[in-house]
Amino acid sequence: MAVTIAKERWTSKVAEMVIGPNDLKLGGESTLSFLHFEGAMPNRPVTSLEVFDMEPEDWPDMLKEAFAGVMNDPVAWAKKVVEYGADAVTLRLMSAHPDWKGASADEVAKTAKAVADAINVPLIVVGCGVEEKDGEILPVVAEALAGKKTLIGCVTANNYKSITAACNGYGHNIIASSPLDINLCKQLNILINEMGLPLDRVGFDPSVAGLGYGIEYAYSIMERARVGALTGDKTLATPVVCFVGENTWKAKESVAPDVVEWGPLHDRAILWEVTTAITFANAGGTVFIMRHPESIKRFNAFIDEAYKSNAY
Amino acid sequence: MFEIIGERINGMFLDIREAIVNKDPKNVRNWAVKQAECGAYWLDINTGPVASKEEQVEIMAWLVKCAQEAVDLPCAIDTTNWAAMEAGLKVHKGKALINSATAEQAKMDVLFPMAAKYEAAIVALAMNEKGVPKSADDRCALAMELLANADGYGISPVDLYIDPLVLPVNVAQEHGPESLEALRQIKLLSNPSPKTTIGLSNISQKAPNRPLINRTYLAMAMCVGLDSAIMDAEDADLVDTAATASIIMNQTIYCDSYIKIFRQR
Repeated sequence: MAVTIAKERWTSKVAEMVIGPNDLKLGGESTLSFLHFEGAMPNRPVTSLEVFDMEPEDWPDMLKEAFAGVMNDPVAWAKKVVEYGADAVTLRLMSAHPDWKGASADEVAKTAKAVADAINVPLIVVGCGVEEKDGEILPVVAEALAGKKTLIGCVTANNYKSITAACNGYGHNIIASSPLDINLCKQLNILINEMGLPLDRVGFDPSVAGLGYGIEYAYSIMERARVGALTGDKTLATPVVCFVGENTWKAKESVAPDVVEWGPLHDRAILWEVTTAITFANAGGTVFIMRHPESIKRFNAFIDEAYKSNAY
Repeated sequence: MFEIIGERINGMFLDIREAIVNKDPKNVRNWAVKQAECGAYWLDINTGPVASKEEQVEIMAWLVKCAQEAVDLPCAIDTTNWAAMEAGLKVHKGKALINSATAEQAKMDVLFPMAAKYEAAIVALAMNEKGVPKSADDRCALAMELLANADGYGISPVDLYIDPLVLPVNVAQEHGPESLEALRQIKLLSNPSPKTTIGLSNISQKAPNRPLINRTYLAMAMCVGLDSAIMDAEDADLVDTAATASIIMNQTIYCDSYIKIFRQR
């Protein structure tokens, strides 16, 4: 007797976002991740590596080695990221942070423009993380990058207005960030959408955690949002941006050099970043912002396998 | 997600009747737009008693076209005239909803094949030639007949909207809990479950304070598995009740703007 395989009948799909000079497409899934037998996953998850607009002093040596010689030059650093094979460059405007350099909007906008002009892949621009300051600098950055179709973030419930208006006016997409809370995430998407930015130009950042540091909470939220999206909730049907590197390179497992039972540091640190990314790829993540070039290689090796059709 | 079937495009209402008689689509379009804005998922289309059986065929097709020219919503084609039903289905864009079959074999043998042919969903009432059953169990027995027959014609349970029949609370009070219990059981009849629907306004026929009775029953019915209702989409309190029940039942993900978003589907 033939076995009938139960397939979920989803009624909706995730919005498809188009970014960058090469019109890179993200999202568009009509099923949960990699269930090719149930629906389509038209676009591969996108990888990106971070570039800081000033040399970060607190980065672990492994990361510094990977970008030796370019870390004081964001343009050269961005080119290195492209060379390493990332699908997109993520520029983090840390110099604007009051505790770093307190750089002005015009200064960071100039850097952002220089980086965007130097690369032929999409640019993701992330502010310094201080809500008020990001609300000031990101609109200016958006103007400087007019027409580049970048992905700009992260906006929160406290600073979305100025940034959303600028992103809408200058043709960018936005990353909406909420603190591990699906209800706030949905509400923020709605508020942004109500300002006139279409939902296919919004990605959300659920504030992911790294492996071992509450990854399961972020996983559940991402999965719940995705099931909502596939069953018709358009306000949650947006691509998901995962700041993997930011969180994994803070973990002691990624930096502690001499723990015998944990194995050699190099493999362990890369595995920490890759495992975190793969976990979120399974939960419905779309954009994976990492820090080590080796991690995106290994992540892509996983995606190559997971992307093979299992349709029947 | 809860599906509101907007009841307003019906020839029983004077403005729709005038639209039909004068061949003036304005009122039909207005009601299509208004109900869509109120959160309707389907637009019920009923010619009403205005015309002869022959004329109804053409009128139904005209009403469906007028409604779908105004908004991008599917229609529930509501008639006991099979020729008019088919005429409506022929011009309909997207997945239509046939309204309605009953558990009478002769009706099932006409309407289920029609649903299959036009890939339409179908409302089926848990009653037969003997009338409306008294108990929840008898309603479920008929629901099972509907489900089995629909399956025989290749109609998926998710396209079958079973109506356990709601009677006016002021004259048939004992039916209230039976219909609710039937809803609960109907959802257990198959996997995937059949959908459920009711003609909500029936519960409050000729009673004072109809809106209160309607929205109270709606919340109670949604709690036991009601997926859709033919109802007054213009009743804002009623739609708010549906939105809130759907949040409390964890059918849609909560956000502060949930009442507004509920209407934007």
